[in-house]
Amino acid sequence: MKPSIWVRMDTWVRHMVPISVTLFLLLLTAIPTHLPGFAGVAPVLPLMGVYYWAIYRPDLLPAWAAFLVGVLYDILAGTPLGVHALVLLLVQGVSAGQRRFFLGKSFMVAWWAFGLLAAGSAGLSWILVAILSGQILDPRPVLFQYMLTLGLFPLLTWVLARTQMAFLKDV
Amino acid sequence: MKQSGAVGRLATLRLLAQRFAFVSLIISAVALMIVGKADILLIERTRAVVADALSPILDAMSRPAATVAEFMENVRELANLRAENARLKAENGRLQHWQTVARRLDSENVVLHEHLNVIPDPDPAFVTARVVGDLGSAFGHSMMLNAGARDGVRKGQAVLAGEVLVGYIAEVGERASRLLLLTDINAKLPVMVEASRTRAILSGDNKERPKLNYLTGTTTVAVGDRVVTSASGAAFPPGIPIGQVASTTDGIIRIEPFVHRHELEFVTIVDFGLGGILPFEKPPVPERRRRGQPAE
Repeated sequence: MKPSIWVRMDTWVRHMVPISVTLFLLLLTAIPTHLPGFAGVAPVLPLMGVYYWAIYRPDLLPAWAAFLVGVLYDILAGTPLGVHALVLLLVQGVSAGQRRFFLGKSFMVAWWAFGLLAAGSAGLSWILVAILSGQILDPRPVLFQYMLTLGLFPLLTWVLARTQMAFLKDV
Repeated sequence: MKQSGAVGRLATLRLLAQRFAFVSLIISAVALMIVGKADILLIERTRAVVADALSPILDAMSRPAATVAEFMENVRELANLRAENARLKAENGRLQHWQTVARRLDSENVVLHEHLNVIPDPDPAFVTARVVGDLGSAFGHSMMLNAGARDGVRKGQAVLAGEVLVGYIAEVGERASRLLLLTDINAKLPVMVEASRTRAILSGDNKERPKLNYLTGTTTVAVGDRVVTSASGAAFPPGIPIGQVASTTDGIIRIEPFVHRHELEFVTIVDFGLGGILPFEKPPVPERRRRGQPAE
């Protein structure tokens, strides 16, 4: 039996949650915080969104969505177009490809793997921006940004897990 | 058994399609980088359109954030009330003296202007915009403003906070624009040291304090010297304050800006009627004409 239109709409809306949440994280990063020195090292929240959903619901945050979020990030942040698109795409690809490894593992493993992936993505963006702008950038802000991103990971994962339980438990 | 073979083939095909999609997305990301580097108009338009579309959302989201920030600021100010009061009293004493000096110089200036028949600088047109987006990133220092081409904002115009130059407009959409801060790695600006009139180029490098490069002459620059815009390049009128020299270690001179990024909430976009800084502008392509067709 075919499910009724309302059920299908409900499922559809629920399936939109991962993309919407990741886009919301992107906009959240763009809000002026007015904190001294924070703007230069603000954590890359969409990276965590892409990583989390790629592991737990890769069907709902496919590669093109990660690409889209990356392009929007580049436009909002004024970074060379395509840099974060490529970085987030690779993060999505790697974590979705290795998701069997994560399922059923403890949170520390996920955090450790995120540390590796985030380091890789920070390094790659640093190299790409340096090549595209033709100058060597100071690596220290990138390092601080990485530490902050890593430090915020537990909190954000908790929020994302809650979101998944609330909206996507059985769809 | 036959059916499961078909299903297996289908799964393989699907996997292949996924791989193909992934690889083509990677290629498009790389292509975007190359095309973006070439600075074609289409990319710039796309950036502007997307920024336009996002700016109302960002505007709505940034308002509660501004309220929270204001509240925090209030709490901090209350905590430092005594120290702040003492500091302001001392500063007031100093400024009283300067006021006397300024009054005297002002009247002297008026007399001199009259004697010399000086043509006054035209009053610049300006719009005031709110900072709606500040995507913090280690790779660039820029902000989104909620004023665009329909408000008269043009590429290259100066952006001031109070009397202080903080950056210039790098991209303009219909109702949003991007402010490139002077600390950004792509920001270059002709400046001069106010006291010695030494000309130099202020270049950002994504740090809080931009560098002072290409100084003319051999004059020494001391910590505390004020740095203002110069008229070189006819970008901005001379004399707009920027910051003061913070350090001169190892031959690298760094400037502490008078206004910091986190303090920006409302900014003034000023049209001085000059060329402004045009970061990515190329000379116009000569118009193509068919042979035998007269020029208009």
